[in-house]
Amino acid sequence: MSSSPTLTIAVPRGALMRDTLDLLDGVGIDTSEVRANDRKLLFGDVGIVTMRPSDVPTYVEAGAADVGITGKDVLTEQDEREVVELLDLGYGPCRMILATVAGEPDPAAEALRRLGVMRVATKYYRIAARYFEATGRQAEIVEVKGSVELAPLTGLVEAIVDLTATGTTLRENGLVIREEIMVSTARLIANPVAHKLKSAAIDTLVARMRGQLPAVPA
Amino acid sequence: MIHPIPNGTRDVLPDEMRELRAITEAMRAVFERRAYGEVWTPTIEFEDVLRRGETGVDPAYRVFDDHGHVMALRPDMTVPIARVVAARYATAEPPLRFSYFAHAYRGVRPHRGQMREFLQAGIELVGAPGPHGTVEALSVLCEALDAVGLKGYRIALGSASLYPALMDTFGVPADVRETLLAALAARDFVRLETQVATHGLDDALVRVPQLRGGREVLDQITGGEADGLSAILADLPEHVSSRVVFDLGLARGLGYYTGAVFDVLDPELGEPLGGGGRYDDLLGRFGRPLPAVGFALHVDRLHLALAGEEAAA
Repeated sequence: MSSSPTLTIAVPRGALMRDTLDLLDGVGIDTSEVRANDRKLLFGDVGIVTMRPSDVPTYVEAGAADVGITGKDVLTEQDEREVVELLDLGYGPCRMILATVAGEPDPAAEALRRLGVMRVATKYYRIAARYFEATGRQAEIVEVKGSVELAPLTGLVEAIVDLTATGTTLRENGLVIREEIMVSTARLIANPVAHKLKSAAIDTLVARMRGQLPAVPA
Repeated sequence: MIHPIPNGTRDVLPDEMRELRAITEAMRAVFERRAYGEVWTPTIEFEDVLRRGETGVDPAYRVFDDHGHVMALRPDMTVPIARVVAARYATAEPPLRFSYFAHAYRGVRPHRGQMREFLQAGIELVGAPGPHGTVEALSVLCEALDAVGLKGYRIALGSASLYPALMDTFGVPADVRETLLAALAARDFVRLETQVATHGLDDALVRVPQLRGGREVLDQITGGEADGLSAILADLPEHVSSRVVFDLGLARGLGYYTGAVFDVLDPELGEPLGGGGRYDDLLGRFGRPLPAVGFALHVDRLHLALAGEEAAA
């Protein structure tokens, strides 16, 4: 697999990148060039392309990459993407949460009770919209691109839906977690056509990655 | 002046049109030679007629006629042809063979290769049960793809009844079946594995739908579905069987499939060029119970794959 790559692998930059490269090393794909070159995006010799995690489903769905690694949060937000979800890689754990400014009463619950609708800032529009629909609450989703924590502090919204790993940023901004929406970890995904036409290579990759996982999920 | 057109539609100009015509004419000659007579049906049908097909794909565009009846743009051609067979060929001696080149409409996220209005080319073979009816449909399919000039295509072959039979074998409780089928339809093997483990079910429910490859995958399963797929493979001419890869997890989106199902794949395109399968119960819903098999190809995707193969050559 290392001399002439049969698979093109989409690797997420950012928080999942280090664990992903460690995993790829573990299955026999040489990632030294990727580690040494922070600005380069495409590594043809080892079949690796690097990108934002939220772009991974786009490349894999279109077949521009055969397989890819990204968070379950991204896959849930983009659940219309036609990709095959193959493996829970376990690393990069984080939670999608509903948080508001600390203290009682909960400002979001108060807004809902008195005004009939709460305003919620998020980068995950669909996850948030679906969650409030499923829990029978009226919410106006405000999509923001930058720091979500700012929105409730300025009075733009009463609550946020965001991803948190340690909760430190929330605490530092005086926010508390009120509800947990989902838990996310890194996932291995594949293009549906490559999944059939390159089945041997993909099955080998899945088996090797499974062998690298610290504890096999039950 | 720029005048907008509806989302998911597009114009085709002469240079592209010539190439699309070359594709459809090549297929039309094959269908004609194989005695699949071409039909036209209305683009709009009554919605309750379309819903009678129980396809699982709801019409995306609806209008009212002057009597207040709901009409809808057809989401595929299989249901209209089932209606034609029941209404216009009520006593005709089967088998019946039809072909079509027709636009269909779905409320999809538009992208190149899948617009909301898209041209389909396909056949329906009515009154020819499996496996020999399936073998004929697959043979016509490969002849059509060869005539178009595609070189690298493959037929992924599976069975719509395989996973339900597997769930019967391993005694999956009724309330869990939908959960497993939904995970399989979403191609989410992580969720499938979690659900199977949570309910303490047999590992084969995770392993079998991930089996893909040559005829050796059939050795790993037993029962009627394996025999059915083996029987198809045994009857296929060599130039067709050499194109087949088995995919035991193949779950086609349309709800009417009953037996063998297949997708047409090409390494140059990230999504199937089309597909088809057996729908032995559909015609009964229209009053003429006959087994049937058919396929539909996306003409735009054939064009994209052809262009991709030419560029790669």
